Amino acid sequence: MYPTECRYSKEHEWVRLDEGGQASVGITYYAQKQLGDVVYVDLPPVGTRLLQFQKFGEVESVKSVSDLFSPVSGEVVAVNQEMADKPELVNKEPYGGGWLIRVALKDAAELEKLLTSQEYQGLVEQEAH
Amino acid sequence: MLQRTPLYPVHQRMGARMTAFAGWEMPESYQGILAESRAVRTGAGLFDVSHLGRYQIQGELALPFMEYLLVSRILPVAVGRARYTLLCHEEGGILDDSLVYHLEQQRYWLVSNALNRVKVGQWLHRWAGPYSVEIADVSPDTAALALQGPSSPMILAQLGDPSAIQGLGPFNCLQTMVGGCQALVSRTGYTGEDGFEIVTGAAEAPGLWQRLLDLGAVPCGLGARDVLRLEAGFVLYGNDIDEMTNPYEAGLGWLVHLDKGEFLGREALQRIKERGVRRRLIGLQMQGREIPRAGYAILVGGDKVGQVTSGTHSPILGTSIGLGYVTPEMATAGTQVEVDIRGKLVPAIIVKGPFYRSRPQS
Repeated sequence: MYPTECRYSKEHEWVRLDEGGQASVGITYYAQKQLGDVVYVDLPPVGTRLLQFQKFGEVESVKSVSDLFSPVSGEVVAVNQEMADKPELVNKEPYGGGWLIRVALKDAAELEKLLTSQEYQGLVEQEAH
Repeated sequence: MLQRTPLYPVHQRMGARMTAFAGWEMPESYQGILAESRAVRTGAGLFDVSHLGRYQIQGELALPFMEYLLVSRILPVAVGRARYTLLCHEEGGILDDSLVYHLEQQRYWLVSNALNRVKVGQWLHRWAGPYSVEIADVSPDTAALALQGPSSPMILAQLGDPSAIQGLGPFNCLQTMVGGCQALVSRTGYTGEDGFEIVTGAAEAPGLWQRLLDLGAVPCGLGARDVLRLEAGFVLYGNDIDEMTNPYEAGLGWLVHLDKGEFLGREALQRIKERGVRRRLIGLQMQGREIPRAGYAILVGGDKVGQVTSGTHSPILGTSIGLGYVTPEMATAGTQVEVDIRGKLVPAIIVKGPFYRSRPQS
């Protein structure tokens, strides 16, 4: 549920290092489970510069709306166009087709400030109790 | 401390996600709100609606008492019939929107919103004096299930007298055996789909619940119930109507029979009808996927003309929908408005009537 190749924020986003200093960002299995059916995702335009832990969008389910926070600093180089018609991908494939944005990392060392899969799992278990 | 229905242990065991609603710990969803909504539109869904209030009113003057409390004419509600109606207070505001069942001569049931369960009980006792009717809160000893969706008749018929169940007309009710349990079955619901509401003993309910699931009904929570009622254009007490709302502005004026004789709220309602309303309930069909939520402003040309009271995403329409109030001059079908969704103006079209109608029963 929490792939080891990802790093995690306490706000329940994941980030995964891709090739060429870029990273994909999405929300975790736990986050999508808490939200329930996602019906709308608001994402920033390509070119937006984000700071680590800055709000970059919103994810809306039938029940509620949550802010999205970027786990890393950098420039948005791609947004998942599929979100316009198929936001349910966030529920179905949170680490695959449900990715949200791709960021050109400003400082790869920021990843070290994030939680490992194991640490994040611990956080989720605490929250669930 | 939240109250629990007789089906609570079943919801727990089945792993439902629970939520607090009107003081009750109820299932919000089992497999997902949208999947459950679809199940009701295409097959059958099963809801625990035991949190609703169930009151029995009986006595020689039960009919005049009901006529006095309810805004609709109750005389034509024959034995074996049910009717959707309102209780209004002396100023014409809505105390509850309820179903009245005529079970036998001089014996009625009133089914209230969960939110108004205690209030309605107090209201009944407050006015009962001159009628010397017997009022019983049958809610704690009973449970209520709603079996909704096009497959409901086929499913329920397997647990009882098939011809009686399938032959039960809309808004008709019947005391019969279902799955070995004595039950009050009515062809009513809150989803805009064909279906039944079944009241049975608290102890029998978990067994009946399981038998209905075994026959193919999909367990559903309040999340799906809210989506379905909004698609059907039904108001929810506490969101879309309350004690400050009168029936005319809420599109419920058709329930008020001013000419039926004296009843609670009649004078005020007469005045409101003559004066006209200051706002009207309308449907909002959003032009985007963002959900209009309670409290969001409705605008025309940058000016606020009203406010959203309920909203959701409609799986059957593929867009978001809502209910809200706007000024009477804006309350025409087709009017283009905008909803202020957290600072972003999202276009919407005003719709009158339900967003969705089920196919006619075959």
